[in-house]
Amino acid sequence: MQFSLVNFRQSLPRTIWDWLILIVLLLSALFFLMPIYVMVVTGLKQAQNVSLSTMWQLPAHLSGGGFYEAWRRLYPNLGNSLQLTIPATIISSILGSINGYIFAKWKFRGSNTLFAVLVFGLFIPYQSILIPLIQFLEQIKLYGTIWGLIVVHVVYGLPICSLIFRNFFANIPDELVEAARIDGAGVVRAFLLVMLPLALPAFVVVGIFQFTNIWNDFLFGVTILPNPNAQPVTVALNNLSGSFSVDWNVVMAGAVIVALPTALIYILLGRFFVRGLLAGSVKG
Amino acid sequence: MAAIITFVYVFILITVWVSLSRWGTLRIDWRLRDPLFQAYVQMFAMPRWHADLRNVLVFTVLFLSVSIGFGLLLALLLDRRLLGYTLFRNIFLFPYALSFIVTGIAWRWIFNPETGINLLFDGLGINRWLVSIGSAPFRPGWTTDPGVLFSINDSLGHIFPAVRNLSVHLGIPIALIPVVVAASWQLTGFAMSMYIAGLATVPNELREAARIDGATEFQVYTKVVLPLLRPVTVSTAIILGHVSLKIFDLIFAMTGVGPGFATDVPGIFVFDMTFKATRYNLGAAASIVMLLLVAIVIVPYLWRNLRRN
Repeated sequence: MQFSLVNFRQSLPRTIWDWLILIVLLLSALFFLMPIYVMVVTGLKQAQNVSLSTMWQLPAHLSGGGFYEAWRRLYPNLGNSLQLTIPATIISSILGSINGYIFAKWKFRGSNTLFAVLVFGLFIPYQSILIPLIQFLEQIKLYGTIWGLIVVHVVYGLPICSLIFRNFFANIPDELVEAARIDGAGVVRAFLLVMLPLALPAFVVVGIFQFTNIWNDFLFGVTILPNPNAQPVTVALNNLSGSFSVDWNVVMAGAVIVALPTALIYILLGRFFVRGLLAGSVKG
Repeated sequence: MAAIITFVYVFILITVWVSLSRWGTLRIDWRLRDPLFQAYVQMFAMPRWHADLRNVLVFTVLFLSVSIGFGLLLALLLDRRLLGYTLFRNIFLFPYALSFIVTGIAWRWIFNPETGINLLFDGLGINRWLVSIGSAPFRPGWTTDPGVLFSINDSLGHIFPAVRNLSVHLGIPIALIPVVVAASWQLTGFAMSMYIAGLATVPNELREAARIDGATEFQVYTKVVLPLLRPVTVSTAIILGHVSLKIFDLIFAMTGVGPGFATDVPGIFVFDMTFKATRYNLGAAASIVMLLLVAIVIVPYLWRNLRRN
C-alpha cells in the first residue's frame, strides 16, 4: 500500500529493477543526445580538421569552426524566416481565437459538420493543393513574396489554431458569457472583454505551436519562394548541404543555427509546447 | 471559413482537374484528356511509382512500430517517476521541436558509410571480432546501398504470378533504414508524450485495487494499465501514420530519391514531377493518390472523434 505514495514525486531508485530502469533511460538519453553532440562538435571544428576518421572526437582546439561561415551564408535567410514567422504566427493566432470562440460558444445548425470539414484541412498533404495555390498567388501578385507565404501559413494554420482555441473555450462555463450578455454586452464585447483576457494561456500555446511549425516549414518555402535570397532559412540550409563540395563543419553549424530558435522556445516554454502538441490529437 | 473551404476543398478539386487535363508541359492547358485517367494509368505503369508505394508503406510500418514501441517503453519507464524524470522526459521530446531538414542533415552525416555509425562499429571492436571469427566486417553502405532485404517477390510469385513481372523488389530497402531511425528519433518523443498523458488518466485507485487483489507490479501494467492505453495507441498511430504517408522534407534533406529509388516516396515524386519535370498532370495525379491514402487513415478517425461530442 505504501508504494502508491511514490507516484507523484521523483524518487531515488530502491530495487534492482529501479536501477535497471535508470540505466535504460540513461542509454536512451545518450541516443537522443548523440545527433546534437555530433552537430555541435562538427560545427566547432575547422574545415581541415573535419576528417572522417575523427568524427566522434571533440575539436582539437577551441575556435568558431564552421559557425562564422554558416552565419555569413544563412543570416539573410534567418531574417526572412523571422519576417515571415512572426506576423504569420500573430495573425493566425488572432483569427484562430475568433474562429475557435464561434465554434465553442455559438452552436448553429451544422456547426459540428462544418468543424469537421475545417479540421480535415489540418491533415491534407499540401502537395495536393500546391498547383492551384501557386496559380492563385500569381493572380493576386503575391507569388514569390514573403507576404504570399505569410498568407499561406495563416490560411493553412487556421484549422489547428481554431481547434486549440475551440477546446479551450469549450471548457470555460457558458455562464460567464451569459453574465456579460445580461450586463448588456453584445457577442463581440463579450468576446473581447470576457473571453480574450481568459484566453492568454491558449494564446501562448498556439503562438508557440505556430511559431515552431512555420519556422520549420520547408515545402511551402521551397515552392512559393523560388528566389534564393527570399527563401526561409530551412530552405537555405538545405541548399547549403546540397552543394557539390559539402563542408560538413559549415553545414552542421548551420543546422545548429536553424535549430536554435525553436530549441530555445522548447527549453524555456516546454510546458506550453507539450499542450499544443497534444491538442493536435483532436480530442474534443 | 469561406477562405478555408476555398483553399482546401476548391483547390483539391482543381488539382483533380489538373490530373485529368492535358497540362503536361510548362504551357497551361485546362482541356481534359482522352482517355480521362491517362495520367493515372501512366503513373501506375512507372517502376519508380511502384518503388514509391513500396517505400512509403514499408516506411510507415517500420516507423510506426519503432516510434510507438519505443515511445510506450519510455513512458512506462518514466512512470516510476525516478530521479531525473523531468530531465529525461525533456530530452526525449526535444527533437520534436526541430525541423525535419535539421534532422535529415544530421543523420545523413551520421549514416555516411565512411564515418559515423560504421566508425562506431569499428571503434567498439565489433568488426575486429567479426573478422577474427572469419566473417566479413559489418560496414553497410546505408543510404548508398540499393539492396532490398527480405524480398518476397519469389514466394509471392507462387500465388500471384503477376508479381514476378514487377521490376521492384517487395521488401525492406536497406537505404530506408537510416531514414526510419531519423524519423523515429524525431517523433518517438511525441508518442511518449501521448502515453504519458494517457497514463495520467489511469486512476490510481484502479492500480491500487489490482495490487490489493494480489497482482504483481508487472501484472498491474499488463492487465490493468496497458488495456486502458489502447485508445492512446490508436490516436498516436493515426497521427504518426498521416505524418509518415506525407513524409517529404526529411527524405528530401537526408537521401533524396536514393540509389535506384530506394528512398523515394510519393511526396518527392510529386515535387519532382511538378516542379522539376513540369509534368503537372502527373504530379497532380500522384498528389491525389497521397490525399486518398491520408484520407483512408484520417476520415474514420475524425468521424468517430467528432461524433462523440
